[in-house]
Amino acid sequence: MRKILKLAVATALLAAGAMTAGAANAADPLKVGFIYVGPIGDHGWSYQHDQGRLAIEAALGDKVETVYVEKVAEGPDAERAITRLARQGAGLIFTTSFGFMEQTLAVAKKFPDIKFEHATGYKRADNVSTYSARFYEGRYVIGQIAAKMSKSGIAGYVASFPIPEVVRGINAFLLGAQSVNPDFKLKVVWVNSWFDPGKEADAAKVLIGQGADIITQHTDSTAPLQIAEEQGVVGFGQASNMIKFAPKAQLTAIVDDWSTYYIDRTKAVLDGTWTSTDTWGGMGAKMVGMSEYTNMPDDVKAMAMETQAKITSGAFHPFAGPIYKQDGELAVAEGAVLNDGTLAGMNWYVKGVDDTLPQ
Amino acid sequence: MRLVLERRAERSRLMGWLSPVVAVALTLATGAVIFSLMGLDPARALYVYFLEPVLWWWSLEELVVKAAPLVMIGVGLAVCFRANVWNIGAEGQLTMGALFGSALPILWHEFQSFPVMVLMLLMGALGGALYAAIPAFLRTRFGTNEILTSLMLVYVAQLIADWFIRGPWRDPQGFNFPKSVQFEGWQLLPTLGDGRMHLGAGLALVAVVVLYVVMSRTLKGFEVRVVGTAPRAGTFAGFSSKRMVWFCLLLSGGLAGLAGICEVAGPSGHLQPAISPGYGFTAIIVAFLGRLNPVGVLVAGVMLGISYLGGEAAQIDLGISDKTAQVFQGILLFFILACDTLILYRIRLLRPQTA
Repeated sequence: MRKILKLAVATALLAAGAMTAGAANAADPLKVGFIYVGPIGDHGWSYQHDQGRLAIEAALGDKVETVYVEKVAEGPDAERAITRLARQGAGLIFTTSFGFMEQTLAVAKKFPDIKFEHATGYKRADNVSTYSARFYEGRYVIGQIAAKMSKSGIAGYVASFPIPEVVRGINAFLLGAQSVNPDFKLKVVWVNSWFDPGKEADAAKVLIGQGADIITQHTDSTAPLQIAEEQGVVGFGQASNMIKFAPKAQLTAIVDDWSTYYIDRTKAVLDGTWTSTDTWGGMGAKMVGMSEYTNMPDDVKAMAMETQAKITSGAFHPFAGPIYKQDGELAVAEGAVLNDGTLAGMNWYVKGVDDTLPQ
Repeated sequence: MRLVLERRAERSRLMGWLSPVVAVALTLATGAVIFSLMGLDPARALYVYFLEPVLWWWSLEELVVKAAPLVMIGVGLAVCFRANVWNIGAEGQLTMGALFGSALPILWHEFQSFPVMVLMLLMGALGGALYAAIPAFLRTRFGTNEILTSLMLVYVAQLIADWFIRGPWRDPQGFNFPKSVQFEGWQLLPTLGDGRMHLGAGLALVAVVVLYVVMSRTLKGFEVRVVGTAPRAGTFAGFSSKRMVWFCLLLSGGLAGLAGICEVAGPSGHLQPAISPGYGFTAIIVAFLGRLNPVGVLVAGVMLGISYLGGEAAQIDLGISDKTAQVFQGILLFFILACDTLILYRIRLLRPQTA
């Protein structure tokens, strides 16, 4: 017991000593803060944002200093984490999940001099910008590949939440597939989470059991693709190149590339030219990329690359008419293209989705 | 040769109170070792982790926000556990409280006056209490184990809440995202300071004081302790163990429900599927850390709050992963349990007898 007490006293002294040795850093470089919804080790969504953070460091060197908080729950805890970044001297803060929207705005109101960037949201303020990428462009490409590669003509989609972002992805995937095979079927399982490897894996198993021989996902872990690898079907990486986890199963991956945007915005703050904007960039803006096309015949690869090139140059839009809704109603007439407003709030399926949209 | 745990003849009262302190000290020491192994200056790391959160006013406010639900649920559970009633389902009662309390602002959004806030709080407590009444009924009527029923009901509650928030209660202007309309005006708890510290913290303090008085100064408190430590003696004294089960579950359920609606109407401001990051479960730890004593629970709640806040500060300042915070909490609990065990038992080395 005596020893324990001695140790306790020693520790207390240590802590007291630490108080005087507190932090006193010169705040010269611009501090850029990041809030991630997942662990950076998810190898998907949060991982790619972290790659963007590292790109800022690489590009701007000692003009910046970056910090992050990972695995922040979408709710009251997020407001505290954002506040902490603001209090600790961050001049620019990226909040990288939709569920941080209200909290970002609340903190931004209290710190008018700090710039905020909220990913995938729709509410802005004088010091809050929003940004997102047109991931659906990539979804169209993988839809085409899926239809070429599938023998059963059925793909399985592991989906997170029925928000427009996800619904749009499902629709773009199926439109791409139908451009190759008009009878292509799509089954959807909702796991109601962005990152839950266990549930995602279960969903993939169910979908394969129902005859899907293509697995694709709008969740952040590598689990669905790993299940595809295990069960001998093929699939696509999500957000990040996941080839390490599925060398035989990954056909390609839609890669979120935030580097260019993050570096540009950080430079804008350094130059004093930052203003509140709404950015929605796609392949053309280099925000969406495709990782190497693997495990597929050359003709499929050529088709995918051609579509990718056409989308990048703006010659083709995945939501070009004619498009029919699930119930057969004409949504976009031939020759027309769905406008951004409708795309942003999309809450209906296109014809051929084998699922009822949770309403 | 083997090691055995031998029950001590007497337990030291002083050590009983000192053991959490020793445990915390040991955690700090272990933490220092871990940080040095990671190549960090241990003094600075411990400073960031444990002192920084309490050195700034805004951070103290955040600490209060984080600790309030833990303390509010924890005091209720402390009474429960004292009486040997094992309510493990506070998380579910919290969820139900949040749902019940949110009914008003969601269904009658234009109802704006002082009574709406009072009604919301009452409905929240009622929701939690009603939900805790299910395991109470099952235990007293059929003799089912309340540990299992209350725990299982957590998942039921979360699924019910999920259905409401994705279905009928979803914000019509929310782009299908599973969240309710934003509460406004009187539907939000009044706040102090920076605008985060809410009335719920005050209510948690009231709960601590009231339950402290009840437990130490009233017949009811005596009854709880007697039924908990010596059920047979309780029966002879005319205390009904069934009534005790009802009392404990309704009390702890009500407090958990209140904590739920305070979270929603306080820092959250709207209903969403993730109502709490597991406060109902963490509060079990808080109750034990606080030695099942209301004042102890208050201290323990604040302690655990610091470890969460410190974990975030450490991520930002030291660039270490969020796992470290979890490791720290694990180490803390380990030492608490180890110290407790050593109060009740002593370790003895038995040599094999040669005869």
